[in-house]
Amino acid sequence: MNSMILRVAAQWLLPTLLLISLLVFYRGHNHPGGGFIGGLLAASAFVLYAFAFGVEATRRQLRIDPHYLIAVGLLVAGTSMLPSLFYGLPPWTGIWTIELGKYVSFLKQGTPVWFDLGVYLTVIGVTLLIYFSLAEDSYVEDPTN
Amino acid sequence: MLPAVVFSCFVAAAAAPGLHRVLKEKAGWILAAWALALFAVMASFLPLVTRGEEIRVAIPWVPRLGVDLSFYLDGLGLLMALLITGIGALIALYSSSYLKGDSRLGRFYMSLMLFMGSMLGVVLADNLIVLFIFWELTSVTSYLLIGYNHHEASSRKAALQALLVTGSGGLALLAGLVLIYLVTGSYEFTELMQNPNALLESSWYLPILILVLAGAFTKSAQVPFHFWLPSAMAAPTPVSAYLHSATMVKAGVFLLAHLQPLLGGTALWTTILTTFGGATLCFAGYQALTQRDLKKILAYSTVSTLGLLVFLLGIGTEKATQAAIGFLLAHALYKAGLFLVAGIIDHETGTRDITILRGLRRALPVTAVAAALVGLSNAGFPGLFGFIGKELAYMASWYNPSFAALALVAVLGNICLVGVGFLVGFVPFWGKPPGEHVLPKHPHEAPALMWIAPLTLGLCSLGFGLVPGMLDGLVGAAAEASWGAAFAKEVHLAIWHGWNWPLALSVLTFLAGIAVVMLRWNIYALRDAMGGMVQALGPSRGYDLIFDAVVRFSKWQTRVFQNGYYRHYVMIFYGGVTALVLLAMWRLGFAPSAEGPFELPHFYEYVVVGLMIVSLLVTIATKNRWTAIVALSVVGFGVAIIFVLYGAPDLAITQILVETLTLILLAVVIFRLPEFKGLSPRRLRGRDAVLSAAFGVVMMVMVQMANVIQVDPPISEEFAEISATEAFGRNVVNVILVDFRVLDTMGEIIVLAVAALGVWALLRFPQKHRRKEFNHL
Repeated sequence: MNSMILRVAAQWLLPTLLLISLLVFYRGHNHPGGGFIGGLLAASAFVLYAFAFGVEATRRQLRIDPHYLIAVGLLVAGTSMLPSLFYGLPPWTGIWTIELGKYVSFLKQGTPVWFDLGVYLTVIGVTLLIYFSLAEDSYVEDPTN
Repeated sequence: MLPAVVFSCFVAAAAAPGLHRVLKEKAGWILAAWALALFAVMASFLPLVTRGEEIRVAIPWVPRLGVDLSFYLDGLGLLMALLITGIGALIALYSSSYLKGDSRLGRFYMSLMLFMGSMLGVVLADNLIVLFIFWELTSVTSYLLIGYNHHEASSRKAALQALLVTGSGGLALLAGLVLIYLVTGSYEFTELMQNPNALLESSWYLPILILVLAGAFTKSAQVPFHFWLPSAMAAPTPVSAYLHSATMVKAGVFLLAHLQPLLGGTALWTTILTTFGGATLCFAGYQALTQRDLKKILAYSTVSTLGLLVFLLGIGTEKATQAAIGFLLAHALYKAGLFLVAGIIDHETGTRDITILRGLRRALPVTAVAAALVGLSNAGFPGLFGFIGKELAYMASWYNPSFAALALVAVLGNICLVGVGFLVGFVPFWGKPPGEHVLPKHPHEAPALMWIAPLTLGLCSLGFGLVPGMLDGLVGAAAEASWGAAFAKEVHLAIWHGWNWPLALSVLTFLAGIAVVMLRWNIYALRDAMGGMVQALGPSRGYDLIFDAVVRFSKWQTRVFQNGYYRHYVMIFYGGVTALVLLAMWRLGFAPSAEGPFELPHFYEYVVVGLMIVSLLVTIATKNRWTAIVALSVVGFGVAIIFVLYGAPDLAITQILVETLTLILLAVVIFRLPEFKGLSPRRLRGRDAVLSAAFGVVMMVMVQMANVIQVDPPISEEFAEISATEAFGRNVVNVILVDFRVLDTMGEIIVLAVAALGVWALLRFPQKHRRKEFNHL
């Protein structure tokens, strides 16, 4: 869409929305939000940017191929079960720094947040992979022609 | 020690491809040495086992289900383990020459070692579930090895056939083992042996017996499940010798021998086993004589022998058990040897056709000696171990008043086996050499690495045959393990038992076998005269019919349910959900009522719902697709507002975001589709309207129902309670997603990822190729 207003707005909205998405992701444990919602929000930010500047420019802004986002997201979510196995507990039992002693307890973090980060990344990757595939013309054309 | 023996094979399997890359075919020598070391380890247990000491190792695995990784060793397990490792070593050595230069040899060695480990697991497992797992692993490795020449359609078909037949039997076996657990409360064989009558007295005895027999009969190729074994000859010859003759196909017989103390001794056991075993013995014996392909002859004679073993176990006396064990050992030695000889003949002459192979003894002198030894053992010639086995079998069937008639069956079957021994061990080597160009290749003696294996097996047959007493301990321990108690009289193997009827039967069998070989051309003529009758009526045909029917059915149901039109999928889905929910409601006896814990809505709820209804009507009525999409998304946002009004902020945010993204994605998709050209006919629209209305009403009733009916106490309250205290989160929805129900979420994001990759692949895949792919299907 060739609109001056949209372009200027998108330039500012992309970083702003990404920051908000991180905030939403992070506060999700105690307030409305979380990895899924945060991921959708971040993906929307990029989709908005794509509206203004096109898919190619958005890909450049994203820098990472959505495939990798999905892979890394699944990997992060999957590996969040390792600490529980390390403690000999059933997989994905939440391990919290608060419970681990005074040296790390000030962090107030746990494996569920780690898992949620994986969800966040996967959701961004999934949404953008679908959107890019649909919106990019080159995907449909037969390269053999 | 026992788990180490089993699992070291898996380690060797993992190392095999790497070894092959470095050492080429010489990797086989290392694996052979490894198998030989395991053989030595197992042999060192012999004194302990003959003294009757219990050797058991258990590693906790899934204690809640009563499944421990437990192994134990008795005489039967030891005998089998010695066969598996000993013959395995010879096979690894033989393959290094037989498959020399094959680029897939690394993979071959890997499958071979995997098989060796799995088979050792079967014979050494104490826990029945562990036994079952290894049992299935042998089926899988057998599948891989039969399909070794995977570029040939016939190999692939044979591999799949073997897997399906033994796999279905395996399922039956699993059901049988679970029933055993339900009756006795234990999967440990050693614990079951504490009270061997528990199963015999149980009312579940019949189903358990049938299910276990289904597993054993499919694995050990009993009629009518025998057909997969001759097809499995598509595997390389060393595999046929090892898996499909000496070890894996004996797993079924092993299982029967193993469980005999728990399940055997009843009239039912005897009837079923002697019937199926006897039928297999005679039918497959006849089939063996009608074949022209050396490997097919051996395959059918293996089936025949397996029948004899089942038959002997069915007789179920002390003597019969000893005979089964003795025959099992004799057969493993000579049949593996014969297969390896057949492999050498194939390798050196390029053919396995028994009708043109003649006079090879000059070209292949060492192989001829090995062939003569194992052939004579197969024929049951005195001085070779096959004779001992057959004498035991005749003693067992003759000196048993109730089963004397069964001796006739044993004699008939054995005549065929004698014939096979001569057909493979002598016919190709004696007589006048055929003229030039009859054989595809000019024959030369095989490399030593190849003839050493059959010669070793032949010499073992000779040594054990001349001095059978040296096996008294091993065979005795194995037979006692299978019998479940110590014998009254110790086992003593001997060549000479005096002038008695079994000896006369042996002589008769031997002469008749020679006569059969002399008359083989008449048998071929008889077979041709009977035409394809056996083929047409055989169980193999039944397998094909069932297989084709399953494929046709799956094609049909795919055509009906997934015909490629999106509207069709939507219709099936909503129709299906409506029907299932209605069924559930009907079974719960729920009638919709106006009652319910609904508060009277405020006016702004009326406004939101009114807006949604109007947008819906617009969606249905408009002819412009953009209008339709936007109007539909108004409904979605309306739902989000309702979530807000009823205090579900998480849902509301998600709904808004999903709605936004869906709208955008839908717009991008619609952009690519052609404009509405015309609407469906009135009749179809009517049908769609009815379906949509039905779905809507059903969903509404279901929501109401969920409010009224409480099947189980709600878990939400407990979650809300412990969310902050135990999971350190005050947002219950999120805590459920990432902590309480984390495995569900993991599954969901995997589904999302797969869906995204699906979309990407579908759009990425060029149109032209896609068309071709579909036509191909």
